[in-house]
Amino acid sequence: MARMKFLCDAERCIECNGCVTACKNENEVPWGVNRRRVVTINDGVIGAEKSISVACMHCSDAPCMAVCPVDCFYKTADGVVLHDKDLCIGCGYCFYACPFGAPQFPQAGAFGLRGKMDKCTFCAGGPEVDKSEAEFRKYGRNRLAEGKLPACAEMCSTKALLGGDGDVIADIYRERVARRGSKGAEAWGWGSAYGQPPKGAAPAAPAGGKS
Amino acid sequence: MKRQLLWVAAALCGGLTLTACMEVEQVSSLEKQAGQTVKRDTNPWSNEPLAAGPKWNKGDRTSWEEQIKKRQLAQHEHRRIYQ
Repeated sequence: MARMKFLCDAERCIECNGCVTACKNENEVPWGVNRRRVVTINDGVIGAEKSISVACMHCSDAPCMAVCPVDCFYKTADGVVLHDKDLCIGCGYCFYACPFGAPQFPQAGAFGLRGKMDKCTFCAGGPEVDKSEAEFRKYGRNRLAEGKLPACAEMCSTKALLGGDGDVIADIYRERVARRGSKGAEAWGWGSAYGQPPKGAAPAAPAGGKS
Repeated sequence: MKRQLLWVAAALCGGLTLTACMEVEQVSSLEKQAGQTVKRDTNPWSNEPLAAGPKWNKGDRTSWEEQIKKRQLAQHEHRRIYQ
């Protein structure tokens, strides 16, 4: 087994926010904390709009782990980056270190009071007894311990968001791009996101639609 | 003779004083590496599978990985639909 990773296909993401909702619902994430979010660039520009679902990328060399002053982060045998909320002091160093803005801090109370950090766990829970109430309250559901993949990836309607072993999902994505006709720019675009149409067939996307 | 002893004593005192200015070498031992503080999480394959859900042998990492790989491949719609 290599390492658990997420991969988002920007050509397929339709910005439905199904992954965000699935994550919120599965882990009962409180208001103000977004473990996953959909980022859109060139919003409204025909042919140039792209969306991507972003959460913790479970980095191989995670900067959050490097900067944490209380060393509350750890990596599981599958390469999932998790943290211990009992050790976290909510200093926010990890937030500044993370290039993806993954660490989230509940802000309940006066004077910008910051709570303990919360982030995507790849639905792998945390350092509590697996599938226990304490684990669910602190970290959310432990789907890996149930033999399942993260809810966001499994709920994705267009299968834009892939989750799992880095090698396996990279193979899926590679094959997908090859079907699109991977000669550079032709590999990209909504019209080819599900494979190239047979020769002589009508184009998959209407003219003027998303590229 | 007395003067020489004074010089030696002064040199020793100077040497001892300077040792305070030394920088202690910082070695990254295993205990100091990131992720060494938290050690009490368990592996997903050490759990009993749910009654209704994917199956693997409790404690067997290989069987857990096999079933999760099948689940990962189910994300591939070409394989899911055409095979």
